[in-house]
Formats: sequence, C-alpha cells, structure tokens
Amino acid sequence: MAIVPNPYKTTGFLGWIDDRFPLTKLWKDHLSEYYAPKNFNFWYYFGSLALLVLVNQLITGIVLTMHYKPGAETAFDSVEYIMRDVPWGNIIRYMHSTGASAFFIVVFMHMYRGLLYGSYKKPRELIWVFGALIFLVLMAEAFCGYVLPWGNMSYWGAQVIISLFGTIPVIGPDVVIWVQGDYSPADATLNRLFSLHVIALPFVLVGLVVAHLIALHEVGSNNPDGVEIKKHKDKATGIPLDGIPFHPYYTVKDIVGVTVFLMIFAGIIFWAPDGGGYFLEKPNFTPASAINTPAHITPAWYFGSFYAILRATPPLFGSALPGVIAMFGAVLVIFFVPWLDRSPVKSIRYKGPLFKIALTLFTLAFIALSYYGMQPPSPLGKLVSQIGSIVYFAFFFLMPVYTKMDSYKTEPERVTHDAH
Amino acid sequence: MTLTKILASGLLALAGIGASGAALASSGEPGLQYFRADTGNLPSVQRGARDFMAYCSGCHGLKYLRYNRMAQDLEIPEELLKANLMYTSDKPADVIVSAMPKNGADWFGAQPPDLSLTARSRGADWVYTYLQSFYLDPSRPLGVNNTVLPGASMPHVLWELQGLQAKVEHSGETAAEGEHGAQPFELVQPGKLSPEEYKKFVGDITNFLVYAAEPGRNHRIAFGWKVLAFLSVFFVLAYALKKEYWKDVH
Repeated sequence: MAIVPNPYKTTGFLGWIDDRFPLTKLWKDHLSEYYAPKNFNFWYYFGSLALLVLVNQLITGIVLTMHYKPGAETAFDSVEYIMRDVPWGNIIRYMHSTGASAFFIVVFMHMYRGLLYGSYKKPRELIWVFGALIFLVLMAEAFCGYVLPWGNMSYWGAQVIISLFGTIPVIGPDVVIWVQGDYSPADATLNRLFSLHVIALPFVLVGLVVAHLIALHEVGSNNPDGVEIKKHKDKATGIPLDGIPFHPYYTVKDIVGVTVFLMIFAGIIFWAPDGGGYFLEKPNFTPASAINTPAHITPAWYFGSFYAILRATPPLFGSALPGVIAMFGAVLVIFFVPWLDRSPVKSIRYKGPLFKIALTLFTLAFIALSYYGMQPPSPLGKLVSQIGSIVYFAFFFLMPVYTKMDSYKTEPERVTHDAH
Repeated sequence: MTLTKILASGLLALAGIGASGAALASSGEPGLQYFRADTGNLPSVQRGARDFMAYCSGCHGLKYLRYNRMAQDLEIPEELLKANLMYTSDKPADVIVSAMPKNGADWFGAQPPDLSLTARSRGADWVYTYLQSFYLDPSRPLGVNNTVLPGASMPHVLWELQGLQAKVEHSGETAAEGEHGAQPFELVQPGKLSPEEYKKFVGDITNFLVYAAEPGRNHRIAFGWKVLAFLSVFFVLAYALKKEYWKDVH
C-alpha cells in the first residue's frame, strides 16, 4: 500500500502540514476514528493512568535532574538541597517518589486487567509482550532511581541487587566488580546508575510504550466480554457497531478517572509522602554508609513479591543461584502467557471454575509474597513464601492444563453494555 | 461503571491508605511512646527552637537548616534571631552548625550526630521517647544510660530539668511497654520541671526537630488542601462533561 499524502484532502495551513506530515491522519487513526469497545469498565482506566504517571515521572525527573548532583559525596546533600532550598523542590521530589510507587500500582492493575479479560490472546500477543518488556524495564528504572538519593537503604539495596550477579558460576564475582565499577557500591556505581536512570532506560521505556500503543491500535482494544467488536460492522460505514471513537468518548471518561486518581495521588504527596515508610524508607534519611547496615534491608514494596521468591528458593551447593533464576524466571514467565492460555474464550466472564480458582490463588500468593518480601526473615515468612512461590509458578506452568480441562460458557455475539 | 462505583472504589482505596497509616502511626515501634508531631503549633515549635539552641546546639548541628529559613518559617524577627538563637555564626544565611570542634569524639567517644534528619530517619516517637529515657547507670562513663539507645555516649544534658531517674525492674512483659501501667523509671532526684512540664518540654523539642527534618511540611499540607479543592471542583465538571457526551452511547 503506497503512502498517499493528505488522504483527507485538508486545505489551508492544516493542508500544508498534511501534504508533508500525516497530522490529520495520525489524529484520526489514533483518536477521533480509533474505535474502542463501548463497554470498558473500571479496569480500563489504568492504561491511560500509566501514561499519565509516565509523563509525571519524565517531567518531575527533568526538573530534579536540574538540581541533583550525582556522586557519592554530593548526591545525598543535593537531595536535601532540593527538599529545602529549591522552590517547590519538595513537592516535585514527592511527586517523583510517590510517582514511582503509583507507577507500579497502576501497572499491576493494568496487567491484572489483561489476565482478567484475556487481553493477551490472539491477535494481541505482541501488545502483551511489549507490555511485559515495559514492566521489565520499569523494574530496572525503579531500581536505578532508588539508588540515586544515596541514602543508607539506597546503598544496601544496590549492594544486595548487584551481588545477585555474583551468583553466576565462575565469572560472577568479576561481573559484580565490572557492574559496580568498584569493589563495593561507590561513586562509579552511582554515576552509571544515574546515566541509566535518566537517559538509557527512559529512552527504551518511551520507545516500548509507543510500540505497545501502535500494536494496540493496529488490532484494536479488547473489552470485558473478550469478544471482537470488528466482527459486527456497520455495512455502510465499516465502523464496528459496538465501537465508539476514542475521542471524545474515552478522553472525557479518562479525564474523570485521572481526576479521581490525582485526588488519591495528591492525598499521598501532601499528607503522607513517606507512604508509612513504604514509599520513602526511614533508613534512607541517613547517608549511605558501608559501615552501618540497616537493621532490615528490605526492597521497595513493589519488588517484595520477587524478593520473597528469591529468599524462598533453597540454595544449591551454597549458592543462591537457584533463587536468582527463580526471581528472574518469575518475570520472564509473564512473557509466555499468550501461549500458555489454551482456553477458547478470552474473558473471565465466560471462563470456568478452574481458571477462577487459579487466578484467585495466584492473587493471594502475589499479595502474600509482596508482604513477606518486605518482612525480616522468619520461619512462617519462609513457609508462606515457599508455598506462594509454588502457587505463583503453578499458575503459569499449569495454565495449558487447567485452561484445556476447564468448562466454558458461550460468549455473546455482541458486547454487554447498559447505557447510563 | 457508575459514579457510585468509582467513588466507592476511590474511597475504599483512601480508607485503606488511611487505615494502614493510622495503624502504623499508633502502633509504632515497641518500647516507643507515641508522639503526634504538630509542626502547625507554632508556639511549640518556637519554644523547641529556643530550647534546642540552648541545650542541644552546643554539640549537635542542623547542617541542612539555615538560620534565616528557620526564622522565616517560625516567624522569628531577625533581631530576636541574632540576639537569642545564633551562637556559632552571625550570618543569618548560614546553616546551623554545632559549637563542637572536629575532635568531639575525643570528648565523649563518638562525634555527636547532626540532627537535621533524625526525626525522619528515627521518627518523632523515637526522639520523644529517647529524651525521656535516660537513667542512672554507674557502669557507664558518664553515669547515665538510655533504654532507647543502650550504650549511648551522650550525657543526660537535660538532667537539671528532668531530674535523675532510675530504671525499675519489673517482672513480666509489661516492663518493656513503658506506655501504660507499669512505668519503666522512677524519679530519684526531682528536676526544675515537674514530670508533666518536662514531657511538654520534650514535646516542643520533638516538634522542632520534626520541623527541622522537613521545613516545607506546613506549606505542603496547606497547599494540599488547595490542590484537593481544585480537583474536587474539576471532578464535578469532568463528570458532568462525561455524562453529557455519553448520553449518545446506547
């Protein structure tokens, strides 16, 4: 298909642009003539919210970078300088630190929506794969950012995470020194994590978000019924009967969702920016120290589940390698969901009891793992984490089995929707 | 998704955050007394600033806080600031450093820490309890020890005010609580202040240190109300707009 310049034959100034750049075409393809199912529910707010939080992180991050000074001697002081001497610096920093946690909350909800309604199933496998890549990069981005204030939890968090490379057989210890640029987390480490945090990873992240959206708009959005709206089109116009233009219908709806989100977000920023010690940890208000180890080195709450899996996996020949493999495996397995789910329907509304039980157990396991990942080691925590890890992996590995055995209800031809 | 459902889920989320926050705040760490810091109580923070400068600043600095920032936030006129609160500098734009020389460790065995962020790294409850938990212990070089930070090298600077207290050995688990019922200490030599007055004195210093750990705290909370007021009005408009457009969707 050849590219036709200005297919909508606009004139005047817009026409001049459209002859040279597909402005009107982009607007129509992605907003005013992108037809989304009309039955989106609560769960469908989190995609646009993730985009909002991404923009929040980029803008507040740019401002913070103007005042932050990477370096083991300067980082901690410059963060306090931002908190005290930079006008509005404390609010900007809280927007960024709370934004990091908010990012994971909305992304977890967004991914969970995908599991509920089978949004990963054919033809949306690549949307899911791009999304899983976004999640992976987001985790790396969050880790790098967490180290930058160079507080004591930053330091020891970096120490723990980078030491994971040390479990690689034979070359592990050398890899750790190469990654750190020193024998322990130090100035060189902080500077390279800063570079990754503000340049490399955001660059990749934004690129993946664009790919995620292009793939989405190519095949169209799924919906809570999991039926394809493109099967029933208006004969004359070719517009899906159950589709409505994203703009204005979902733009005005998402503005409502954004407002509610911002009220909760503002509640945390202005009244509880520490998030009860979970968004900004107490030990991070003391500078990094190689001598003073915090009483409990805990990961950020959003890594709790994966950290619990790491700790729950028994070592092999005194090496934590199996735990590291399990932890990374827990992220990698997410990529394969589109090919693990063998059910003939997409949405949980028409799936049988086996899937519902599996998803409930998975949800409980994830919450329990997240909780115990943040607690100091205990026998109960270890037992729950081990059971939780098994449930976590069983949900994915047994998916081909239970989705095949399950019973299913018949999907409706058209989406279900009550106008109100 | 109806309005009620959206609101309900939003409120639930808020309630969840509120409840967990409240639970964390009230339960606190074991052995610490709960202190509800109120940096909006300006007279208390001002008294805390005066008392900090008089009793603490000889050894402890607040290296991230400037004198003039403090004066501005606490509404202290510059003449009063210079006359009564500035011991180590005559430049109001300077940060608050202690009078302690670099070899302070030679005096007490450890360099007294800077307290700029102590109220955030340890928490207000910790500061509040620490200043009330010095007790006589002849085994220590300075004759006192602290239950909150055992082996602390700090002398009981406030003994003239609080008096001296001895640790009471209780049997059973209530001894460690110290909050209700069994008191962990008994006063063996009264100070200039009554126990109630001393508690208030320590509360003032704690409020001041909470302020010093985050001078923007009051402004952030005051600004938060404006943001929420704006968002509430905006929500009504946004919802009305959505309703209007979605009338066409059947």
